[in-house]
Amino acid sequence: MTDTRIEPTTPHIPAMRRVGAAVNQYFALLALALIFVVMAILLGHKGFLMPQNLLNIVLQTTPITIMAIGAVFVLSTAEIDLSIGAVVALSALVGATYIGRYGLVVGVFAGLATGAAAGLINGLLITKLRLPSFLVTLGMMGLITGLSQWYTNLEAVPVLNRTFNGIFGSGSVFGVSSLIIWTGVAILVAHYVYRHTRTGAHVLAAGDNTRAARVSGIKVDRIRIGVMVLSGVLAALAGLLYTGRLHGASYTLGSTDQLTVIAAAVIGGTRLFGGKGSVVGAFIGSLIFGMLNNGLILAGFTNAQQQIAQGIIIVIAIALTLREARSS
Amino acid sequence: MTTADPTRLDADYPLRLENISKHFGGVEAIKRFDLTVRPGEIVALVGDNGAGKSTLVKIISGLFTPTSGTIWLGGRETSFRDASDARRQGVEVVYQDLALVDNQPVYMNMFLGRELVRGPLRTLDKKAMARQTQALVDDLDVRIPSAHATIRDLSGGQRQGIAIARATHWAKGLVLMDEPTAALGVGETAKVEETILRLKERGSAVLIVSHNLDQVFRVADTVTVLRRGTQVATKPLAETDRNELVSMITGLTR
Repeated sequence: MTDTRIEPTTPHIPAMRRVGAAVNQYFALLALALIFVVMAILLGHKGFLMPQNLLNIVLQTTPITIMAIGAVFVLSTAEIDLSIGAVVALSALVGATYIGRYGLVVGVFAGLATGAAAGLINGLLITKLRLPSFLVTLGMMGLITGLSQWYTNLEAVPVLNRTFNGIFGSGSVFGVSSLIIWTGVAILVAHYVYRHTRTGAHVLAAGDNTRAARVSGIKVDRIRIGVMVLSGVLAALAGLLYTGRLHGASYTLGSTDQLTVIAAAVIGGTRLFGGKGSVVGAFIGSLIFGMLNNGLILAGFTNAQQQIAQGIIIVIAIALTLREARSS
Repeated sequence: MTTADPTRLDADYPLRLENISKHFGGVEAIKRFDLTVRPGEIVALVGDNGAGKSTLVKIISGLFTPTSGTIWLGGRETSFRDASDARRQGVEVVYQDLALVDNQPVYMNMFLGRELVRGPLRTLDKKAMARQTQALVDDLDVRIPSAHATIRDLSGGQRQGIAIARATHWAKGLVLMDEPTAALGVGETAKVEETILRLKERGSAVLIVSHNLDQVFRVADTVTVLRRGTQVATKPLAETDRNELVSMITGLTR
């Protein structure tokens, strides 16, 4: 029956797909608006709508946003990085320790280098040994978590450097919070690279059709290593941002972040299986989780209850997003 | 070979293979193969499974190095380090399983790995890429909604049309097609064959590997037959017929 088949070339199927794609594109924004309205109704009397609270949501979401940008690049190459939560803690501890000993510049550099090294090891294991990234980064997560606990013997490391705490925490430039500047610059640069440079195009091609990318002369392995390093560096930056906010680092920082980060990227329209994504979408996805967290705190949930609720919400959100993606 | 200045004559030939052999250990996959492809000529390479067609395709596309013999491209003797090197030297390959990126627009696929950029920040020049793509698909009469259409939304025939257009755009010497319609339906195959014939009008040199003898007669000017690694014959299609081709391929006499 298949050998005499003549393919129809009717254009109505693409047209329907376009409607689906449009819904998909604004899915994250619609979800954000919906959650905002529900929160406003339920928690308006508890101060949810106060400008300071809304600003806090954006500020507190900064580390997640930064890491979600990394996840967009990693997922676009059809890889995944589960080690970012662990990298947050180790980079923060290394950074905090070195700031205490050698000052701001060395400390920040050491923190970021820790993340870069973790990402480089991930990338080399994935490309040179041809191991699946979820296994490599799961292993690295355990290894790095152990290192973090061992490094300072479970003790927190305070940071007294006020310049550091200003740049990475509560400071501001001309009245604009430094965290807003971090978020804005990260989104602008990442969006530009992702959408408007050859590097971005090659990242997408590598994850979409690896063979096509290879025969087109794209260095697929170099791209994979690159995105893993980027993911590590951005996780390290997130670790420094937590440190700046809390005026210190501890091994518990970021420990549950990897799932939130990946969920934020996926809700924002990034395919789990490569080839497609959105930096701005990842920001919106991050805001969704930031807003939910904020709401749960205002509603008086305990830390344990928040984690349970967040786990449930992540699963529901990913299920909804993937359903939407499949139907289009 | 008897002309006074053979190099000048060779300059007219996009591809010339001379005495190509390929051994794998003790196995002779290709024995002393010769072929010339002229501009505007479509040469079909036919043969049964295991005759050595894929080995030859891999030699011309740079994936295999021949054990002996010479490859001439545009009159220059050359060799390929790898597939990228062959591509750089002007050999473009159209694969049957479509080396396209599904989630990207047509124009990004047309320039995959060779994207145009502008300005100090090396920004992707999407406008220029879309414009050149549109001109090319119009020229080859590949009917797609627009250069901005996403590959995922196109039919198999449209996709193969784009793959061929891409190869044509970049090929400085030769377009090599490895079973370009094997994955397509009847109507789509016809459309792709039209596109192949347009390459001929443009003066491209095409070497096409095909299982489909009807297709060979529809598109090719010359046919060369491989049987168990040996080149049985090279003939203009006007001087042969289906029965003779089948007997040359199978080795059975009528």
